[in-house]
Amino acid sequence: MACPYQMGFQDATSPIMEELLNFHDHTLMIVFLISSMVLYLISLMLATKLTHTNTMDAQEVETVWTILPAVILILIALPSLRILYMMDEINDPSLTVKALGHQWYWSYEYTDYEELDFDSYMIPTTDLNPGELRLLEVDNRVVLPMEVPIRMLISSEDVLHSWAIPSMGLKADAIPGRLNQMTITSSRPGLFYGQCSEICGSNHSFMPIVIEMVPLEVFEDWTLSVT
Amino acid sequence: MLGVEAQKPPKGKWTTAPFDPRFPNQNQTRNCYQNFLGETWGAGRKSPDYHRCVKAMNRRGKSAQPCEYYFREYRSLCPISWVQRWNQQIQDGTFAGKI
Repeated sequence: MACPYQMGFQDATSPIMEELLNFHDHTLMIVFLISSMVLYLISLMLATKLTHTNTMDAQEVETVWTILPAVILILIALPSLRILYMMDEINDPSLTVKALGHQWYWSYEYTDYEELDFDSYMIPTTDLNPGELRLLEVDNRVVLPMEVPIRMLISSEDVLHSWAIPSMGLKADAIPGRLNQMTITSSRPGLFYGQCSEICGSNHSFMPIVIEMVPLEVFEDWTLSVT
Repeated sequence: MLGVEAQKPPKGKWTTAPFDPRFPNQNQTRNCYQNFLGETWGAGRKSPDYHRCVKAMNRRGKSAQPCEYYFREYRSLCPISWVQRWNQQIQDGTFAGKI
């Protein structure tokens, strides 16, 4: 979950998100270096009384400041494409879960075996227990087994919504009449929060998503207890 | 409905719908619809499907249990409300899919 005054990303829960965090660090460092160099050069230019107004050509520096940005862009593009293709890898999901957006709650369906489906409403602020997170807790969490690839199919029963979990680097639009597929793999157990990410009416800010990642045996016990 | 224990395909326990190379991208709508159609309207379709499977198995005098595989595939993929709506349309005779 996000913490107050948080500036950066949430801790990664999936391998893809770890890759994205590293890529972001790499790219942001390049951006900071370029920006500080430009700022330094501007300050140098402003802090001198010397002038030189008749430059005709400067082939060497022109070559350098053409080739060098191209190299920098390649250094950014290669890791980016690597992660892009990594996201598209074919994997073998062990479980399929459907998340359907409604105004204004999510419903989840686990239909691989029995027909298990339930609604997930936000817990109103007045009903929160001490220590629970405002506008983020729900009555029925999505319980999933950790460390296995899970196919998530996202759709909507009315208007556009979007199902997002920042700590796993996941977001997919929930479009009525369409099934969008994502793969979740969590590296660790725990609670992971997200919020609806497409404007959907008055309670758009009040339909959060909570995933509870548990070991497989606990997941199996949970499915037995709710069906 | 069919019990869980009765629905074991030949290759072993059913986990979930496997990767289908005909639908490699994010949009799986057609995957769900195709499997549902294949299950409901067998004759004349090119892809393997439920009814053809049942017919072929019955002709050979074998049990139609492996055909439950296709049933489970669309059950895994399609939202319950879509399946209910399509079944209702089939009953009413208003289903738009190819008969």
